[in-house]
Formats: sequence, structure tokens, C-alpha cells
Amino acid sequence: MRNDTPYTPSTAYPFGFLDAYAKREIRRSILKAVALPGYQVPYASREMPMGRGFGTGALQLTLSVVGPDDTLKVIDQGSDDSVNAVNLRRFIRKTCPGIQTTTLTEAATVLQSRHRIPEKPLTEEQICILQVPYPDPLVYVEPTEEKRRTMHGEADYARLWVKLYEDMREFDEITISHRYPTRINGHYVLDPSPIPRYDVPKLNRSRALILFGAGREKKIYAVPPFTKAEPLTFEDVPFRTETFVDADGNRLACRRCGATDSFLDEFTTDTGEKVFQCSDSDYCLSRSQGPASAIYTEARHDA
Amino acid sequence: MAYVAIQGGQRAIEEAARLSEYLRTEQGIEGRPVSLDDIKYQLRGLHSRILSEGGLYHPDLAALAIKQSMGDPLEASFALRAYRSTRPRRMETAAHDTSRMRLVRRISAAFKDIPGGQMLGATPDYSLRLLRFDLMDESPEAFQEIAGTWMENLNADDVPDTFPKVLDLLMEEGLLASSDNDGSEEAFDITRQPMIFPVPRSAALQSMARGETGSLLMIAYSNMRGYGDVHPTVGEVRVGYLPVELPHPVTGTPVEIGEVLMTECEVVAMYEGGDDAQAQPRFTVGYGACFGHNEVKAIAMAILDRALQKGMQDGAANPSEDPEFVLLHIDGIDSMGFCTHYKMPHYVTFQSDMDRLRTTQSKKERDL
Repeated sequence: MRNDTPYTPSTAYPFGFLDAYAKREIRRSILKAVALPGYQVPYASREMPMGRGFGTGALQLTLSVVGPDDTLKVIDQGSDDSVNAVNLRRFIRKTCPGIQTTTLTEAATVLQSRHRIPEKPLTEEQICILQVPYPDPLVYVEPTEEKRRTMHGEADYARLWVKLYEDMREFDEITISHRYPTRINGHYVLDPSPIPRYDVPKLNRSRALILFGAGREKKIYAVPPFTKAEPLTFEDVPFRTETFVDADGNRLACRRCGATDSFLDEFTTDTGEKVFQCSDSDYCLSRSQGPASAIYTEARHDA
Repeated sequence: MAYVAIQGGQRAIEEAARLSEYLRTEQGIEGRPVSLDDIKYQLRGLHSRILSEGGLYHPDLAALAIKQSMGDPLEASFALRAYRSTRPRRMETAAHDTSRMRLVRRISAAFKDIPGGQMLGATPDYSLRLLRFDLMDESPEAFQEIAGTWMENLNADDVPDTFPKVLDLLMEEGLLASSDNDGSEEAFDITRQPMIFPVPRSAALQSMARGETGSLLMIAYSNMRGYGDVHPTVGEVRVGYLPVELPHPVTGTPVEIGEVLMTECEVVAMYEGGDDAQAQPRFTVGYGACFGHNEVKAIAMAILDRALQKGMQDGAANPSEDPEFVLLHIDGIDSMGFCTHYKMPHYVTFQSDMDRLRTTQSKKERDL
């Protein structure tokens, strides 16, 4: 069969890439997710033109909620300029004409992130959308989704508690490093996406709406604003975030901006020296360069 | 400052794309861009596979996807599938009767002779897989000559328009249960509804129809080798062009809008007893169908359909009978995407992993 219609980018792709029915379905699923905090809402995830696992779930949420008057920030590992963040931002700019992008956390209305929640506190004017590889914390203990759904419905998290207990028996420490199971509003336990434990407390009574999109696993869930989010732990075993201290127990500082209150990335330099730097590049640049970092933002990404 | 991750991502991506574009055109003045028709006609196997795994019957765009991905099947299906996300679903076809297929090939392994006859068609099944060195430097004249003279002594009127289905014979004899599905049941749509297990058979068939060939083959092969007991006989494999009808937007009458090349396979499997004691035992059936000419895929799918039906009825005794295991792991777009994503930075999570390991190590040290 021949089809002689010419394909040009403008005729080939609608605003936000997805067709309007898909965006409507996703927005409805978001509403359901907000109404049932922590509940994984199944939805008919669409294929996006980047790989499953690169943030296609969060991307579908972003494309469904942004309009031409929104300002968007995209980060990966805390950085606006890591290759995946750049790629996602470019795609969104291309398919959402009129949208503004920024690296300044406080200037964004919609933030899409992989593996971090920004250091600067978010506000009720913002939506933070996290990329999720594994939406279900019960996957640690139960491979079958059909059974997991029943366990969630009954708030039966006994096997997760046992896993934590076994950790304490074997290592005297809970060994879950990231994706720390977190109970929302006293019922559903969710997988907060691979954010470090450092970011888990930011979910608790967050002013911003936090949405989670798992494209490959076809689930959407949410922590609505001002909702209780408690990491699972025992009464006598406090939940502990990552520590950044030197051999003497002093808090390490970012070598760039000097911050001692941020999540740090660890590097080994060419000379073999171990150094630390803020994982959140906007936080770091705002501290070291002040508002000038905003110029870096627009100019670079409009290029 | 030799620096990681904070700047330079954008430029790196652009340069990587430019380099890929150079590789695509590396032949320079010796080269000639491959045309979409070259791909459709000369890379038929690949083209069929992309139509099927991309889940969108658009021969031109499938060829374009192959061209831009430089022949990588997963990447090409991916591009086609992603394009699909931009198109609304406006209408649904009714169930189609595949006996109306304009066949290019149909065989049965169950009967020596079948009404309408075995039609071997174009198949490599009985060819010797010897390299044809004469094709290494094929002249355009020799190439054009073959098709130019092919139809000379053939009479198109000799070929009937339709062929009866082999399985109908078995049904008439009562060896196979007549289908209780008259096609009126509404099909699940995996592109518009999430699969929540247990899922209906129509969802399973759709997932497999656009599944990745190698993945379907691997799981079906495990069943054939002994991790399962379908023991299939190929009742019929047919390949051909199926006229597609849509309801007319005003009158509602079915109107032919075109045709799709597709492969269909029905396997007959070991018999089972009826639901009640009075019922006669009968053979069971597995069904496979996909866009394009992909016989291995259609047969593997038919075997898995049978295995999954058994699993849903009696409980899964092995991976190929487990609907979650099979249906969630056969999609090429999902699996290749997730595999590829491991190449992305995982600095934060790895930092977090190190924190846990160092903490447990230091506790152990203290205890010793």
C-alpha cells in the first residue's frame, strides 16, 4: 500500500506529543492517585520516543499536565545538564511550543526528576514528578503482581517488616539504600522511586504535589500536598539518611559551594584524591554564583 | 577542571547524533541512500518483523524506521511504536474472518491433503542455507530480468480467492470443540487499558501479537523442550493479505479500507476432557497471528496461547504457562528500554548503596 501524505514534524506530532485522549486518561489517573494517596493507579502507558526506563512514565505525566504557560525544570541525579535530563528537556521543548524551561528550582511550576528531590524546599505552586523504575515496594518479597495487589488492599506489609527484621538480625542495620518503602497517610506503602534515603523526609507533608510515573510498569501514584509519609522502620531503630562525614566525624562540605547541608556526590580526581560535591547542581550554583545562575539557564536551553 | 555530570550533556548528545548520522552516510560518494522501497521489497523479513513488533501496520513508516535505525530491529520497532502514541484511536474493526485472506502461502502439518491444497509459497524451509556467492556482485540487469519474466507463463485465474480453514474439518468431525466465540465479545485493548491480572485471552493475544520475536520464541521453545507439554501439531499456517473493513462513518456498513499482510497459525494440542462427565474429550487449540510474514513468531505465539490457556485453567506448572511471566516479559520495547537504561548515570543510588555497605562494614569491624 502506498501512502503519499508527506510527513513533516509539524503535522506528525501534536502538542505534548501524546494524542488528546491519552493525556485525558493520564490526567484522570492522576486525580485518582491524588484521591487515594500512595495507591498505584494502573493506566495504559504509551510508548514514548525514548527508552523505557529513561523516564517515560514521568514524561507522560509531565506532557499531560504542562501547558504553554508553564515553566519546566528537568533534572537527573540532581543535575539539569546530565545527558538524560537534557534529552528529556529538549524533547518537551520540541513538542510543547511556548513552554519555558529553567534550572532554578524556585522558578519552575513543573519539575521532572530522576533519583532526587531538589534541596530547595518546594511550594504548593509546584508539581514534582518523579521517574519510577519499580513502582511496587512489595516486589522485594512477592514477584506476582496479582498477589501484591491483594496485599496492598489489605495493607498487609508483614513480609516487608520481616525483611527489615532479617536485615537487623544479619547486619544490625537496615540495608535498603534507596527506594526506601514509605507509608503514605497510614495505609499504602509506596516505592518513593530511587531517591536516596536523604530525600525521603522531603515527602512528609510536602507542600508540593508529588507525582510518580512508572511507564514500563504502567502505574501512576501520588503523595498529595500536606500528606503524612513515614519510612518503614521499627520503634527502636531510627530511620537513617545517608551520612557524609570524614574520619573524625565532621560533616563533609561541597568542594564547590561549601554546603554542609546537601546530598553529596563522591568523586575520585585524576590525582586519586577523593572529593565531594553537591548532587543538586541548581542548589550548588545558586549558592556559589547567586541569581546569575539563572542566566545560565535560559540562554543555554534556548540554544 | 575535569568535571563530571554538571555540564556538557547537551553538546555530547548533539555530537553523538552527528556521529551516528556520519556512520549512516559513511560510504560518501560511493554510496546511495537506501530507498524505502528497497527496504520494503528487499529486506522483507526485517520489514515484516518491524510491522509486527512495532504494532502499527504502516509499511512506509516501518521502512523509514528501518532506514533511520540502520537496520536495528529493536530500535526500528521502537520508533514505529512511539509514533503510534501520537495517533488517536478513532474506530474499531469488527472481528475479521481470515478464511477471506488472499493467500500467498498455507500449509498444514496435520493432513497430507487439505481442501484447496497445500501451497508452499515462498519459504526458505526446504532451501539449503548455502551462501549464494553469485549475489555478491549482482548486476542490475540480472536482478531486473527475474521479476520481468516471472508472470509470463502463470495464469492468475488458476488461483482461488479464498481457502477453507483446516481447523473447520476437525470441528465438523467433533475432534475439536466448535468455537463458542462468535466474535461479538468486546476485545480488550492493551493500548488503551492497563493489563491487570488475570487478563482475558484477547489481552494475551494482543500482547503476543506485538511481542518481540526472540522473546516469544525463547519461552515457547522452553515449553517445546520439556518445561511444558503442549506437544503441538501445526493445523495450519497461512500467510496472506487480509482485507480490512471499518464501519462507514455515516451508514455503519462495513467498508473495505485496505488490506494487511499477516501470518496466522493454529496449533492442535493434546486433548482434554470436557467440563462435565458427559462431555466428549476433544483436542485443544492454540492461536497465533501477527502483522507481516513472521512464521516462527506466529507458531511460537500459538504454542504460548495454548500453554497460557492451560495455565489459567489449572494453574501454571512452568514459566510458559504463567500469564504474568510470559506477557510482561515479551515486549521488545519495554525490555530493550529497561536494559538500555542501565547505561544511564546511577550516581545517587550508588552513593546510597556505598553508604549502606560502609555502615554495615564498620559495624562488623567494631563487633570483631
